[in-house]
Parts: sequence; structure tokens; C-alpha cells
Amino acid sequence: MELTAATTVRKPATEVYAFWRDLENLATFMTHLEQVRVTGERTSHWVAGAPFGEDVEWDAEIVDEVPGGRIAWRSIGNADVPNAGTVRFVPAPDGVSTEVHVVLVYDIPGGAVGKAVAKYFGEEPHQQLDDDLRRFKQVLETGEVVRSDGAPWGKRARKEFPQRPAQPLSDAELAKGAEP
Amino acid sequence: MRANTWAGRNKVEVRDVPDPKILNKRDAIVRITSTAICGSDLHLLDGYVPTMQDGDVMGHEFMGEVIEVGPGVAADTLRVGDRVVVPFPIACGACAACAAELYSCCENSNPNAGIAEKMFGHPVAGIYGYSHLTGGFAGGQAQYARVPFADVNPLKIESDLADEQVLFLSDILPTGYMGAEMCDIQPSDVVAVWGAGPVGQFAMDSARVLGAAKVIAVDKEPYRLRMAEQAGHIPVNFDEVDVRSRLLELTGGRGPDKCIDAVGMEATHGSAHIAAYDRIKQAVRAETERPHALRQAIMSCRSGGVVSVIGVYGGLLDKFPAGAWMNRSLTLRTGQCHVQRYMGPLLQRIERGEIDPTRIITHWLPLAAAPHGYDIFKNKEDNCEKIVLKP
Ligand SMILES: NC(=O)c1ccc[n+]([C@@H]2O[C@H](COP(=O)([O-])OP(=O)(O)OC[C@H]3O[C@@H](n4cnc5c(N)ncnc54)[C@H](O)[C@@H]3O)[C@@H](O)[C@H]2O)c1
Ligand SMILES: [Zn+2]
Ligand SMILES: [Zn+2]
Repeated sequence: MELTAATTVRKPATEVYAFWRDLENLATFMTHLEQVRVTGERTSHWVAGAPFGEDVEWDAEIVDEVPGGRIAWRSIGNADVPNAGTVRFVPAPDGVSTEVHVVLVYDIPGGAVGKAVAKYFGEEPHQQLDDDLRRFKQVLETGEVVRSDGAPWGKRARKEFPQRPAQPLSDAELAKGAEP
Repeated sequence: MRANTWAGRNKVEVRDVPDPKILNKRDAIVRITSTAICGSDLHLLDGYVPTMQDGDVMGHEFMGEVIEVGPGVAADTLRVGDRVVVPFPIACGACAACAAELYSCCENSNPNAGIAEKMFGHPVAGIYGYSHLTGGFAGGQAQYARVPFADVNPLKIESDLADEQVLFLSDILPTGYMGAEMCDIQPSDVVAVWGAGPVGQFAMDSARVLGAAKVIAVDKEPYRLRMAEQAGHIPVNFDEVDVRSRLLELTGGRGPDKCIDAVGMEATHGSAHIAAYDRIKQAVRAETERPHALRQAIMSCRSGGVVSVIGVYGGLLDKFPAGAWMNRSLTLRTGQCHVQRYMGPLLQRIERGEIDPTRIITHWLPLAAAPHGYDIFKNKEDNCEKIVLKP
């Protein structure tokens, strides 16, 4: 399965690139990622959350990069869900912003993990990536993922509907939501 | 705290809900001293705007005192104790839309942007108390509210102007003003405004402030038309006269140079069969709007004129007079108000006495009486024009 999405961030390409290149940042806005840990100059360890099935982890390596312009990576070893990605950073015509073009490729296997992944992406697989990039833009432009009372959990607001009512959260709800 | 909440179609209920808390670093919490009911709330009330949920706190026109700020709010922007009016569109101040002063189209403030994008093609900003389509933010018909991006949104009031003189800077005064501004008014212009509700009244006053030669008010509620007349505008009752003929009479056969739709998706119609057509289509959701005012504004406007739409539309409409619009070189302009753009300059106009926002207030009610307020405002009872709620 191949997913593509794009967004425009009102920051220079060097800054947008640098944020993505610090791969540990990916988990702050990509819903399915629990954690990315940098293990070497070009290698990293990725942990996907429950929506991808329990305990889906893999190692990845950067296979191509042009500072300020492009990063490409792919999973290595025996990944449960072999995958690869490319992100390109292109100066936008307005002279201040950067276009971010992402391509992700998943090799979805059979079995339980494959089912969980397929279920996660659902009928509109590109929607997840669109939402990931919206949060990426929020973090870079405003400093954080934006929260509301109806959708308080940032990137963990997996299922947009039904959401909780648009009224303030109780202490109990806040404490529960703060759990990882 | 107590808050007025949506409780299903045509029902609001004042309930106990938790106090708001800081969720993002740039949030502030405001203790609300005055809040208002808006014509936009009526579109939510009867369910014409989708994605409302039982328990949603209503209200997007509010002001009060800052009682808490998040760690990301710099002290030179906002502090505890500041008295503020809060603009209804939530804007981040940093995206391309905000940079272009298109605050109600902010690209970052709506956590449900994906849903809005499906409805509208591209997402729209977050709005307080205005459905989950615009973010699911709790509203301001309450004792307290959480205000995101508090370092860039609220307008500080440093003079001793009373609440009721500045409260409407949160929405309807800037909205009426933007409606007139979009008309690019020239000194010879006759401006006709459909809707003599609070928004229409401010559009009329703004048209005059911007130099229009003559301002006409179209509505059917005699008390609302009287209010417009007392402010110096010319009333036209669409229940009593044929609007187009009357407008031709008032403009020497030319038609108004500029027309403002301050009615929106729930217009009523003098002609029973046309009204029935749209009512049925709206009821079965084959059409989401009853666009009588918009159609009439387009048909009435002189060739080459501007039709400025500040009445709210939410979805799809039928029988749009595209032929009149195209063949007669009309310009259509519209938008949810970019309130932050107008708050400062309009505050100065209020201070200078050029605009009196208090003239439309007919009712002050305690928050507990909000359901009654919705009733009389919706049904045009007790000469109700604008209600200010005191939490
Ligand atoms: N663009 C924005 O940012 C913005 C902001 C606030 C409100 N609004 C919208 O502005 C509109 C008016 O708001 P309001 O608070 O004044 O509401 P309101 O309901 O009090 O006023 C609407 C008025 O229109 C009249 N009307 C109905 N059908 C008509 C017709 N066919 N021709 C002429 N008049 C007709 C009604 O009698 C009423 O007086 C609403 O649609 C509201 O949602 C837009
Ligand atoms: Zn309003
Ligand atoms: Zn913005």
C-alpha cells in the first residue's frame, strides 16, 4: 500500500527538515507511532502503538538524504510490516514556506498483524497521513498539537467520531487521558 | 461551573460541568462577566449545523477576566487580572491564513480539521461552542472558558468602558462591519441589508460610518424594522411589500449598489410556495439552506454591484441565481468574520462615540435563564433583539 500526502509549513526548509531529521520527533505527531529511538548515525528503532497490533517494532535506516531537501528511509531486518518512506522539502512559491511531500509504502502481511494494520487504515487510508501532517504543521507553527474539549488527546484522538462532548474535562478524565 | 449546553434538537439546558483547565501551553482561563446569544446559535439549536453533541457548551460571544495563563503565554502579551474580549474564531497567529489576516480560516486551530475538510473542501478555524466541525471547543455561555492561543487572540480592555459597550467586539460588531467593508462603499452608494437582527443592525450602522448615501433594512419583524428606523435607516417589510419593486422605487429604478445578506440559511419567504419548496428540501436534507434572502439580494442588486454575505450557510443550496450573478457582473464576497482584524479599530470607534453597540440590547438575563432567552430570541417574542447573559 502506498500513501502520499502534502502540507505547507510556514517555516524555512532547513528548520522543517531538521525537525523531521530528528526522527524521535515523528512520534509527537504520527498517530500510529509510540516511539522512535535513534540508534546510530543512520539507524533507528521504531515502536508502533496498539492500532498497528500489539508489539510491532522494527529497525530502520536512512537510505538517502539531502540536507534541507530530502530524507528517505526503509525498515531493515525482519520487520513485521516492512515499510519505507520518503519526505521531500520544497521551498513554496511564497518565499517563506516549505512544501512537505510524503510518500509511505507498507508491505502489509497476512495474519493478525496484517489485519490490525488494514483495520487501522480503514476505508480512507490517506486520511491518517493527512491528519499526521496537520499535526506536524501544528507542532512546527504553533509549538504543540492543538487540543479541544471535544478532541482533547492530541494525536491519540484516533477515532474522530464519536468524540466526547465539547465541555471541560473532569479531573478523573484528565488523569485517565494523561496515561500513555 | 454552570454552563448552557446543547441537549438535542431545539433544546438547551443549563447544567453543572467541570471547570475548564489549561490543555495547551498557550491557553488562558477566563472568568466570564458577560456573554451573549447569537443568530448563529439558532442554527446550532435546531440542528442545521451537523456534528453537535448532547452536552456541548454553547456560546461564542464572551468577555471577562483572565484568572489563569498557561506556561506558553508571555507576560507581555497577557496576564492574570487582564480584562479581555475574546474573538469567536480561534487563531494561531502563525499560519499563512493568520499572516494574511484570514483568522476564521486559521489552518492550525481546529483539531477536527479532517471533518471540516470533508464538508468544505478545506478546513476552517476552531470556533467556541460551535459544533465539532469547528473543533469541539466548549463555548462561552458559562461561568468560565478556556481560551487557546491566548497570547494572540483576546483584546485587552484598558479603559473603563462597560461590558455591554465592548462585548459585541467578540463577533457581531466586527461581523456587521466586515459585511459593509466587503461592499467597498462609495459616497453615492445605496446599501440594502437583508435581516434586521443584531448582525444586520451593525452592518447598517457600519455602512453609514463607511459613507453610504442611504441604508435600507429588509425584514418582516416590525419591532426590528422600527429599531433600524430609529437608527436612521429606511425600513422595508417583506411581508407587506414586494421587496424588489420597493427597492427600485427607493433607488430611482437602479437597484441598490451594494446588498448585504445578514440572514443566512434559515430565511423565511413571503411567497408560500417557494418557502415550502425549500423547507421540504431542507427537512429531507436534500438541501441544507433556505436561501431566500441571498437569492433576493442577487436579483435586486444593480449590475456591477456587490453582494456581501455574512449570514451563515453550512452546506448546499438549490436554485442559486447563477445567471443574474454572471450576466450582470455581480461580485459575491463572504466569510466568517476575521474578528481579530477589526477589534482594535472598532474599539477606537466606540471610544470616539462613532458607533453605539448598546443600542441593540433588549434583554439582560442571568445565565440560568438561557433556555428562556433562546426561546424568545428564536421566536421573536417580547421584542427581543439581543440578549446579554450574566453568569
Ligand atoms: N459571518 C459571520 O462571521 C457571522 C457572525 C455572526 C452571525 N452570523 C450570521 O448572521 C446571521 C444573522 O445573525 P443575527 O444574530 O442577526 O440573527 P437573527 O436570527 O436575530 O436575525 C436574522 C433576521 O433575518 C430576518 N429574516 C428572515 N428571513 C428573511 C428574509 N427572507 N429577508 C430579510 N430578512 C429575513 C429575521 O426576521 C431576523 O430578524 C445569521 O445567519 C448568523 O449565523 C455570521
Ligand atoms: Zn455570534
Ligand atoms: Zn493560524
